Amino acid sequence: MAPAIEILGLEKTYMVGFWRKRPKLALKPLHLTVEEGEVLGFLGPNGAGKTTTLKMLMGLVFPTAGEAKILGMDVNDPEVKAKIGFLPEQPYFYDYLTARELLAYYGRLSGVAGKQIVKRAETMLARVGLQDSADVQLRKFSKGMLQRVGIAQAILHDPQVVFLDEPMSGLDPMGRREVRDLMGELKKEGKTVFFSTHVLSDAEALCDRVAVIHQGELRGVGAVAELTSSVHGTVELVWQGKSVPASMKTLNADCQITGDTVRAVIPEENQDLAIDALRRDKLRLISVIPMRATLEEYFVERLKRAETSVGGTA
Amino acid sequence: MNARIMSIASNTFREAVRDRVLYNLIGFALLLSGAAIFVGQISIDIEKLVVINLGLTAVSLFGIVIAIFIGIGLVSKEIDKRTLYTVLSRPVRRWEFIIGKYFGLAGTLVVNAFFMAIGVFAALLYVAHHYQASDGWILVALYFIILQFLIICSLALLFSSFSSPLLSAVFAFSLFVIGSFSEDLRGFAALVKGPAGWVATGIAYLVPNFSALNVIGMVAHGQAIASRLIALNTLYALLYSAVALSGAVLIFQHRNLK
Repeated sequence: MAPAIEILGLEKTYMVGFWRKRPKLALKPLHLTVEEGEVLGFLGPNGAGKTTTLKMLMGLVFPTAGEAKILGMDVNDPEVKAKIGFLPEQPYFYDYLTARELLAYYGRLSGVAGKQIVKRAETMLARVGLQDSADVQLRKFSKGMLQRVGIAQAILHDPQVVFLDEPMSGLDPMGRREVRDLMGELKKEGKTVFFSTHVLSDAEALCDRVAVIHQGELRGVGAVAELTSSVHGTVELVWQGKSVPASMKTLNADCQITGDTVRAVIPEENQDLAIDALRRDKLRLISVIPMRATLEEYFVERLKRAETSVGGTA
Repeated sequence: MNARIMSIASNTFREAVRDRVLYNLIGFALLLSGAAIFVGQISIDIEKLVVINLGLTAVSLFGIVIAIFIGIGLVSKEIDKRTLYTVLSRPVRRWEFIIGKYFGLAGTLVVNAFFMAIGVFAALLYVAHHYQASDGWILVALYFIILQFLIICSLALLFSSFSSPLLSAVFAFSLFVIGSFSEDLRGFAALVKGPAGWVATGIAYLVPNFSALNVIGMVAHGQAIASRLIALNTLYALLYSAVALSGAVLIFQHRNLK
């Protein structure tokens, strides 16, 4: 079975400048595969190349080199476009239309059968909590409401693959929670979700895998646990007593004494040396808890590494 | 016409209908037709001539202004506001989008022309008290005005597919003005010899021949319009629009929507 999304060396260079055009690399050759039913988070800071990649996958921007396939078909094949849904970043819709009219319009463009359009629009409006505002013109909608309409239009025609560009943007905490739940539902329905974000907690909570992109280059792909395990973690040691062995200071331990227990956070690689020190001082060890590195720590480390390598080569 | 083109066309029509600026323009055009009555009253014996001339000119001019005003933003506005992203990420081909937009705008202008024409005929009835058989030629003049709209729509769309709204407006309006004097331009080209003559001839045939589509003066004097002219003008307007639209499609087909 063909992967849901197959990106084969997509590359984009824009020509910038007015008189003297010069090339500006927006995306270095990108290779990425997303399996059916998978939720992939496409992570990167602003300007990393996330939106450019999504636009190329939607056929809005043409790649300088490489190709991409969705459900085994070329991205520009109209047949494949009936099977995908897309929410652009900070979506803006025809503000003279009501939410119901907008969904009906998109339904017709997506080839939804005439009789089903009204029914599907109703269902989607209820799903994103906009049934009470269905007949209000979009110019009166808040940013959060527009984002909900955006999500509704992206899944209106029951697509197999859903692309969401910063879906949490502009949403309040309740809205973010609802979108997270909705993405969870999409996953349960077996849909493939490819979403870009720079909010790491969203990716951590939702994704099977994440792909990290920075300065137009893919820096890492994998499951969240896999990626974060590559970052040097820390370990929390708790022992009974009111004293800290002198050798702990040389192990970079961050110690806190509370009552008759001591809590120390030390780098993972110093764990054995710290336990030996506690044994020598005959202190009673209560717990050893590995502290998992967060995706944010991974992300920061990758970016630092990228900057160091750029600095090093310069 | 396929369902997607129809949907885009009807959405374009709906956008225009819900735009208040459009009503201001139509109101202004009707006011001008109404004003023709008063101008006619102070033009002894030529009231009817003045009403037809002023009325049809108002229909033509305001229609052109509306065509340019809406046409220049048809593509660029969709790109600027990114509404195009959610359209082209669906099974809509880029040429279908352009053609849908064109039909939507053309439909809007035909409906506008219909309402403005009612104003002209009402003003005519007011000054002449009854219609004559020769007044039927006014319908032909209106038909030619609609053909002008079709051409200007396609040009506005062509410019809109690659330049900013302001530049598109300047280009489209300039072509309308030059095209209105295209007969004079052809006459001038015939007089000039050498390379300058060739350039003048090229330009004269390149710009839309709006002079041939303007028969307002003839119908105001009750003159008949030859059926051959009607057929040739129809063919010319359709061909010119088709070429301009093909250009718009060709440019838009390869455009990166940044």
